[in-house]
Amino acid sequence: MSQTLKNTVLFAVVAALIVYVGIFNSWNSALLIIAMGLISSIMALGVNLQWGFAGLFNVGIMGFVALGGLAAVLVGMPRTEGAWTTGGFAVVGALLMGAGTIIIAVVMMKRMQAGWLRNLAVLAVLVVGFFVFRALLDPAVERVEAINPANTGYLGGLGLPVLLAWPVGGLFAGAAAWLIGKAALGLRSDYLAIATLGIAEIIIAVLKNEDWLTRGVKNVIGVPRPVPYEIDLQNSPEFVARAASLGFDPVEGSTLWVKFLYILLFAAVLLTLLWLSQRALHSPWGRMLRAIRDNEVAAEAMGKDVTARHLQVFILGSAICGIAGAMMTTMDGQLTPGTYQPLRFTFLIWVMVIVGGSGNNFGAVLGGFLIWFLWVQVEPMGLWLMNVITYGMADGSALKDHLIESAAHMRLMTMGLVLLLVLRFSPRGLIPEK
Amino acid sequence: MDLLNAIVALANYVLIPGIAYGSQLALGALGVTLVYGILRFSNFAHGDTMALGAMATLLVTWLFQSWGLSLGVLPTALLALPFGIVFTILLLLGTDRVVYRFYREKKAKPVILVIVSLGVTFIYNGITRFIIGADDKNFLDGERFIISARDFKAMTGLEEGLSFKTTQAITIVTAIIVVALLFWFLNKTRSGKSMRAYSDNEDLALLSGINPERVVMITWIIVACLATTAGVLYGLDKSFKPFTYFQLLLPIFASAIVGGLGNPLGAIAGGFIIAFSEVTVTYAWKKVIGYVMPNGMEPDGLVQLMSTDYKFAVSFVILLIVLLIKPTGLFKGQST
Repeated sequence: MSQTLKNTVLFAVVAALIVYVGIFNSWNSALLIIAMGLISSIMALGVNLQWGFAGLFNVGIMGFVALGGLAAVLVGMPRTEGAWTTGGFAVVGALLMGAGTIIIAVVMMKRMQAGWLRNLAVLAVLVVGFFVFRALLDPAVERVEAINPANTGYLGGLGLPVLLAWPVGGLFAGAAAWLIGKAALGLRSDYLAIATLGIAEIIIAVLKNEDWLTRGVKNVIGVPRPVPYEIDLQNSPEFVARAASLGFDPVEGSTLWVKFLYILLFAAVLLTLLWLSQRALHSPWGRMLRAIRDNEVAAEAMGKDVTARHLQVFILGSAICGIAGAMMTTMDGQLTPGTYQPLRFTFLIWVMVIVGGSGNNFGAVLGGFLIWFLWVQVEPMGLWLMNVITYGMADGSALKDHLIESAAHMRLMTMGLVLLLVLRFSPRGLIPEK
Repeated sequence: MDLLNAIVALANYVLIPGIAYGSQLALGALGVTLVYGILRFSNFAHGDTMALGAMATLLVTWLFQSWGLSLGVLPTALLALPFGIVFTILLLLGTDRVVYRFYREKKAKPVILVIVSLGVTFIYNGITRFIIGADDKNFLDGERFIISARDFKAMTGLEEGLSFKTTQAITIVTAIIVVALLFWFLNKTRSGKSMRAYSDNEDLALLSGINPERVVMITWIIVACLATTAGVLYGLDKSFKPFTYFQLLLPIFASAIVGGLGNPLGAIAGGFIIAFSEVTVTYAWKKVIGYVMPNGMEPDGLVQLMSTDYKFAVSFVILLIVLLIKPTGLFKGQST
């Protein structure tokens, strides 16, 4: 069987699975699977750029995705009345001052002669800077958070069209990746993994605790949408008539239509990124990256700047994850920092890339859809399995209750198992790199 | 008198918790550093190995408690610890046999092993949650305090109380014993020496007739002991919750890297550096400074550098600084 045929069959199988859900479950869940599958595919594309092209191990995908979500809030939400004048500018000023302190310290580190004098001076700058920073920041934050804390209590966003947030999310994630890459690239590969693990935890901690920025665990709800609201559609006679002519009642028709519009938007982004990734893969730049991945020493001897290329591709891949994160928050319509979990946003994406086929962009897309489908379906399947196992047991027995209750944790094991099995028996994935 | 109060407050809130937490981190970091030294990859599954070991101990503890078995003032968990260790040894050896050995024989790149260990992490995590659920579990019994704050105040007449929990004492004592045993093993026994030789130079060690599979086996056994002990101590001191062990990974790795990956002594030093940085940066110094400063000059705020929610940021920043300035760590470790 030729490669193209095999790939077509694989994609057709996934499509058939989704259609199956549509027919036997509901078209709403099928469309939701497609929409989330598109977002997952974009994340997988980003990780594939890092891992498949360059062999970089990023364990902080969750953090970059969350930064994208933050962008959706900062760009899309309306400005909070009075927050900027009471404390917003002071907060930004304090942050700039903090950044300035770090820059001064870095410049001093570079310019001054090495020795205890330099270390003392840098330390002094950092300590003094930190206290000034806190002295400026804390009262301003308090003033912002005091504004109607039940509903706002944060700066709000810029009130711009939320679609703008998607590239901005990419920028945020790229900036964080630059910081990490600068420190951890060029050292052994594990260090990048550990550093990304750390930044992800910290980004989530910031989102959870800086109420002036994201309302913390109080969540930002009602992020504006790029598509119409269901309730508006249901109230428009034009739409109701059109839905009726297609045989849908208004409620079902409007939910389907909204999801369909999202799918169009997401598909446009995915196709653009996929096209760009394919171009990158077949360009001299892509060949250079693979050469570096396969033999760093040889590539370096050929005069390639390994660390700079790694930094480049690490930033690009993370930025793609940021874009996907912004898209996801846009569709959810809310930013809930408490729901970001490494299993869901880091590990799952890794399984997608490995199963789909690392180094192959189409593999990443296939993996994105397939694994997302499994992720959604494993829980009901686990529950079903547990029900079968416990069928013979007496109702109300402790073991039976425990087993059925634990079915929710089946996802962890299943995904871990899938990853290990694929790595062991088919390390090149479903659609291998050519 | 004020100065004494300040010292007591400092000991109560910073020194004792710092030493206990540092011991737990050091034990964890020792496990990571040993795997790194011998098997040459960063074991992401270490946090969840600790969780599984602690879980096994916890289950045995509950069993003993239901039999009415106890150690009097000491927690029953100490009695159950050996059983937990045996379970973890079997688990790690089994995992090595089924998962890691294949890649070792293929001489796969370290980063592949790191990914594999991430897969193992989630399977372990799944098993833990499957068996015991995701909620907080308490398995501490026996006497809670060696000195409670109230007794201390009554004894000394100071305003500040000093409380010394049993778990903190046990943590510190156990850590000292375990570390002493480990260093005795590494430096004095034949197996320990062969481990160090293998870690320093694999080819040379193979040439001198060291059996690599045996070295790997011994390493996993030691790592199981360290991980279970660290997990149980942490669980006794705080409380047992499967997810916290995954979050412990960052401070543990930071400790191991700050000290120099692959260097056991460095792992211990790193553990205490990270622990004390975390505790001092997130502690509200108001009380201590209030006692030291002359009357009328007490600080208004809490004098807390960072809120406790950012304790991970502390280990992360230290990690970044070390990576930027001295990637081999404070003690010479392997960096390539």
